[in-house]
Amino acid sequence: MLEKAIKGSKLYWGWIGLLLLGVATGFFAYTFQMKEGLSITGMSRDVSWGFYIAQFTFLVGVAASAVMMVIPKYLHHYQTFGRVLILGEFLAVAAVSMCLLFIVVDLGQPQRMLNVLLHPTPRSILFWDMIVLNGYLFLNILIGWVTLQAERKGVEPPKWIKPFIYLSIPWAVSIHTVTAFLYCGLPGRGFWLTAILAPRFLASAFASGPAFLILLCYIVKIFAKWDPGKEAIQSLAKIVTYAIITNLFFLSLEIFTVGYSQIPSHLLHFKYLFFGLEGHATYAPWMWVSVVAGLLAVLILLFPQNRKSDNVLAMACVLVFLSTWIDKGMGMISGGFVPNPLEEVVEYIPTKLELLITLGVYAAGFLILTILYKVAVGVKKEVDA
Amino acid sequence: MRANRRKFLKIAGLATLGWSVFPNLLRASEGGEGAGHVRWGLAIDTKKLNDEVMEKAIVACHKNHNVPHIPDKREIKWLWKTTFHKAFPGQMLDNMHISEYAEKETLVLCNHCDNPPCVRVCPTKATFKRADGITMMDFHRCIGCRYCMAACPFGARSFNFYDPKKFLKSEEITTQFPTRTKGVVEKCLLCYERLDEGKKPYCVEAAEGVIYFGNLNDPESEIRKVLAERYAIKRKPELGTFPSVYYLI
Repeated sequence: MLEKAIKGSKLYWGWIGLLLLGVATGFFAYTFQMKEGLSITGMSRDVSWGFYIAQFTFLVGVAASAVMMVIPKYLHHYQTFGRVLILGEFLAVAAVSMCLLFIVVDLGQPQRMLNVLLHPTPRSILFWDMIVLNGYLFLNILIGWVTLQAERKGVEPPKWIKPFIYLSIPWAVSIHTVTAFLYCGLPGRGFWLTAILAPRFLASAFASGPAFLILLCYIVKIFAKWDPGKEAIQSLAKIVTYAIITNLFFLSLEIFTVGYSQIPSHLLHFKYLFFGLEGHATYAPWMWVSVVAGLLAVLILLFPQNRKSDNVLAMACVLVFLSTWIDKGMGMISGGFVPNPLEEVVEYIPTKLELLITLGVYAAGFLILTILYKVAVGVKKEVDA
Repeated sequence: MRANRRKFLKIAGLATLGWSVFPNLLRASEGGEGAGHVRWGLAIDTKKLNDEVMEKAIVACHKNHNVPHIPDKREIKWLWKTTFHKAFPGQMLDNMHISEYAEKETLVLCNHCDNPPCVRVCPTKATFKRADGITMMDFHRCIGCRYCMAACPFGARSFNFYDPKKFLKSEEITTQFPTRTKGVVEKCLLCYERLDEGKKPYCVEAAEGVIYFGNLNDPESEIRKVLAERYAIKRKPELGTFPSVYYLI
């Protein structure tokens, strides 16, 4: 099936070329990091995780969201999703690949990476994160490829794939739960020390992932001339609506608990993010944009007639994506580190090189996504014809 | 002769086999002095602590451990000065009681917690607990994921964002202690290299009686006696990490 990825229009090859350029730029920037160490980033002794780990956290959510189509399709036999499910699974593959790349670029000693396997340490959540992420990558490649192949041949998928599909459901939940556990099990980091972190992560994932998938469906429809189907997009839109409301609800639960109890070690992080602390307020405008974008998206999505209009729905999806990306890709990680354990305020602002490396990883992810989508859409068109 | 040689080879072979299969048995018989019964701890007498003593202790520690001086927020700190207000956040807010303490400076360092979160989270066991209570670092195993820095509630850990050798003058480097490489985490190791020789940590020596050092598990030790006599506090006791560093106030 891969041969479908090497036959394409000028536009396709132009896009591939652009992504390769992005990967090359990122790699070039990474050579500086290899040479000079992580000193080329904006990270510090106080904010020791930055943009890389934040993107990793956000993308785990995007990956996990494929389950929102797997459940209706395989547990409720909702056949409408049969047509677009492969797009969700391949999005998960690309997203997990980016997650793994972001972890690698964040390491101070990447050449020692395999120490995690050489000295397996089950008491560390990072050990489990490695297992669930790699497992999820494997599951989605396997399931996506096997079901697509069966579709191409015009037969039912083999029976042996079913257990893997069922396994992928709790596995999807596990990747984001374990990723939340990385943070919420740490004493002395009040911002993350909350049992609602994992549910919040999942809610934001089930909003951002399907929202992004709707946008991808529109892109596929326009550029690849293949229609994923109106009903599938409408069902995804309902999922986004429920999830973004749940996400904002969970955020309000968090704000109530922290705001009403007024325990400084929890409250100060929220104060810093939304209002600034000791004159440092770099993230405040962003955080408000996140909240307002989320609320605006809810306001739009709540009304079915808005969802039925492609343009309005696409705009709402952009708002959902923006809201959840700022929340997790910017605020969630650096907000947890400011103020530091000595209640000092040291801000984190990513450097240009750091952003270029991030761009390179995203380009690599979109390259994987483009190639997989080219294959999937190629097969779908062949079957339709 | 032939039979003897054969016998010798047999015994030598078996011994090599035994050694390679159970290397720990051999090491156990070497015996660290009372390993398992010792828990090293520090008690800092904040009444006697002054700027001069703190500087002496910091210099002794950083000089002898090749800790570079990096003039930005990516600095390396093993032992440093901070105010009580920052070392004990939340405990110094009430000006009614110990008001003179809030803005006073004190020394902070790795607490060598009895229940260390940094050890719990490390995915490679590069940071681990020694039988004598020291929270150790293996600079050669650390992959630089910095999970331990997120886990430490005391901000005791530093990451080598730079190559530390860039900030060390070659004539100042001591060959008695390894320098580190970029991309690994480091912190105070309670002078394990000196304890193994029966000496006290550099900071304790330099502070000349202001910092007490000893075995917290031995009721007869000097540190236990001073803790029995005077009021002492620990940093963030509510987190359940059980620090081994006390502050006499």
